[in-house]
Amino acid sequence: MNFEALLEHIKGCLGEEAILSIDESCTPMAIVMGPEKLLEHMEVLHAEEQLYFDQLSCVTGIDNGPEAGTMEVIYQLYSIAYNHHLMVKVQLNREQPILPSLVSVWKTADWHEREAYDLLGIRFENHPDLRRILLPADWEGHPLRKDYQHQEYYRGVKVAY
Amino acid sequence: MGLLDQKLAQGGIIISKLEDLINWARLSSMWPMGFGTACCAIEFMSAQATPYDLDRLGIVPRASPRQSDVMIVAGTVTFKMADRVRRLYEQMAEPRYVISMGSCSNVGGPYWEHGYHVVKGVDRIIPVDVYVPGCPPRPEALIGGLIKLQEKIRGESIVAPKALEKMLEEDS
Repeated sequence: MNFEALLEHIKGCLGEEAILSIDESCTPMAIVMGPEKLLEHMEVLHAEEQLYFDQLSCVTGIDNGPEAGTMEVIYQLYSIAYNHHLMVKVQLNREQPILPSLVSVWKTADWHEREAYDLLGIRFENHPDLRRILLPADWEGHPLRKDYQHQEYYRGVKVAY
Repeated sequence: MGLLDQKLAQGGIIISKLEDLINWARLSSMWPMGFGTACCAIEFMSAQATPYDLDRLGIVPRASPRQSDVMIVAGTVTFKMADRVRRLYEQMAEPRYVISMGSCSNVGGPYWEHGYHVVKGVDRIIPVDVYVPGCPPRPEALIGGLIKLQEKIRGESIVAPKALEKMLEEDS
């Protein structure tokens, strides 16, 4: 299916209001969804016979900075059976970046969500094991946030040059 | 046959200073610990391999810090890795030496400004004897560093050990 056909089909399955907007500048082209019903919608994208997105290729977190006041999480979906792609973008409030975890749909989401939590501080509700994945457990702050300030000392070692 | 072999073959006696003998033995068998933290380790590996052949200097990598004399910190040291590097250093028996190989372990390298996760110089966690510049240094540069370390060991003295000198320096 091409993007137009996918879009029509998704609208038919989830309803017009599920898709907030589309972004055709992306590759693959993206749909923007709200964070509220994300888990239910993703379950449909995963299981529906014509869509059948059986692979979550990547989860990316973005911080748009304090001025914009938003964060984004981007999911790259792929259907191995039908060979079609889809990008799903979700915009979050920067003060309270909370999303439902998709581990129950795709196991891949586990480590990807831990990475987004580790580096950006996005919380994924009902994640089975939301610990830091790259940085040490006692690290302070989330380094990929635009307003991140590193600590002066880490375990007695000066951090700055 | 060389002069030394002739003397030994004829049951002769060689007279030397104990200090010189110990230093000669130490600098002729500097066994580095076989570990690397980033791309510098590739150069370290090729220095060990046939074209550069570190074995001709008596340098054979060891798999355990207990058997190692030299730690070559080959690559970026992250804060997460710093604890492990420090622990490995502590497990080495005295006398022990450290070569900091490459810009990352010298001063943080390309991560000096924005690398929140990188220790800006391995000398912030363990004492360093020789710094080898480069990003990464070629095997020749590493061998140069090892020869510098040999020079340093050659000048060591058992009557005035390094540790004592350091203590005296700190007291004054």
